[in-house]
Amino acid sequence: MAAGVVKRRVVVTGIGVVSCCGIGADAFFEGLSHSLGDAPRTVDDFDPANYFEPKEARQTDRFAQFSLASAQMALDDAGELGSDPARSGVIYATGVGGLETLQEQIAVLIGKGPRRVSPRLVPMMMANAGAAAISMRFGFQGPCETVVTACASGTHAIGNAARLIAYGRCDVVISGGAEAAMTPTGELPAIGTAAFGNMTALSSSGWSRPFDSRRDGFVLAEGGAAVVLEEYEHAKARGAHIYAEVLGSASTADAYHITAPLPGGEGARSCMELALDDAGITAADVAHINAHGTSTGLNDLAEAQAITKLFGTPSPPVTSIKGVTGHSLGAAGAIEAVAVCLTLERGLIPPTIGLEEQDPEITIDVVTGESRPFTPGPVLSNSFGFGGHNGCLVLGPVAP
Amino acid sequence: MAEDATYEKFRNCAVEVLQVTAEKVVPEARFDNDLDADSLDLVEFVMALEETFDITVDESELDGVETVGQAYELVTSKI
Repeated sequence: MAAGVVKRRVVVTGIGVVSCCGIGADAFFEGLSHSLGDAPRTVDDFDPANYFEPKEARQTDRFAQFSLASAQMALDDAGELGSDPARSGVIYATGVGGLETLQEQIAVLIGKGPRRVSPRLVPMMMANAGAAAISMRFGFQGPCETVVTACASGTHAIGNAARLIAYGRCDVVISGGAEAAMTPTGELPAIGTAAFGNMTALSSSGWSRPFDSRRDGFVLAEGGAAVVLEEYEHAKARGAHIYAEVLGSASTADAYHITAPLPGGEGARSCMELALDDAGITAADVAHINAHGTSTGLNDLAEAQAITKLFGTPSPPVTSIKGVTGHSLGAAGAIEAVAVCLTLERGLIPPTIGLEEQDPEITIDVVTGESRPFTPGPVLSNSFGFGGHNGCLVLGPVAP
Repeated sequence: MAEDATYEKFRNCAVEVLQVTAEKVVPEARFDNDLDADSLDLVEFVMALEETFDITVDESELDGVETVGQAYELVTSKI
């Protein structure tokens, strides 16, 4: 940061999550310890009627429904913010936006012609629909933007949101991410599932096995998660419950290949290092790493190599919750940030479900089987996206 | 009787697209104030009417159409 600029401290005072392993913080965190096997990672219990009038629900794509639902939960959790609407922002993420609506309307275009394409298509499919819905519902009139960096979107959104507070533009920002790219429409299977499948990125077994020798790709998921970020003194003054402090973040690009990571995990390594610098800590201070850990051959090896390079052996305890949650693309980083908040609050690192035979080329310390107790300290959360986008976030217990 | 069946089809379109109760769809109801419909809702409603009654409504014909009664009149003039 520029010399002479005093960064304000940023804390998390509310969390909300809509995940295939649970809706709401308690159900979600409990769900992280139980295998979902090869079940599809859809959020079957989600009822839009809990968050929307019938007409609104009809005019809101599923990804934006997840956006608003997670934000609503996080804001309810945070309690009365009393913030100036002009200094309250929304920085939200998605990987692909309203794919279900787009697919449905392309079917209409083909079947019935252009005169029948819905006038709601654009406002429903646009990637910023989720952020816009949140600002309208809650009256936040500060910056309202959407971050789209594929699977790194959620992490980047939270990093960017924290900077708005750190540098004094906002006192409160609701941040997070949502994705719903796997809904079939009518008789058509979901185009998102078909496309990711044909990239050979998806697991053919349907099992998510981060860091396992038998891992065969990621398991596509849907969901959303939100965090309420608040300036520390603002939170303290109103007696808010504080989950964690956002200590730092980093964003870099591989500038290498549209889908493959830089060999040896160099992109991941340098991004993690920058995030630690931003937090003003060193590798030795890191108590735990919540990995990107997608269960693909390339990602897990590159990420593990990067962790070994930066942290040595043994590494801090590493987990990938994607063994349970699957990979929800632009929501993943936000869901994992919520997992980290709960990990810190409960002093328990959730296990990497699905990992049974660790790849011998991967020598990091992965938490398996059941949750591992730990002494809360700075936690690094990683996200890496197609396009070569790298995002790292450092969350930690708030210092008194 | 025929007119009743037509009105019922018309009303069903409004109920479905505008998500209002059938009782609210009365001739004097205004789309903006009484049925809480914005401009995009009206476009969707007209599309549903075109489909249901197999008619075509040009955008220009919607000028001045503010109530359910006016919209129904426009539809019946075309079938």
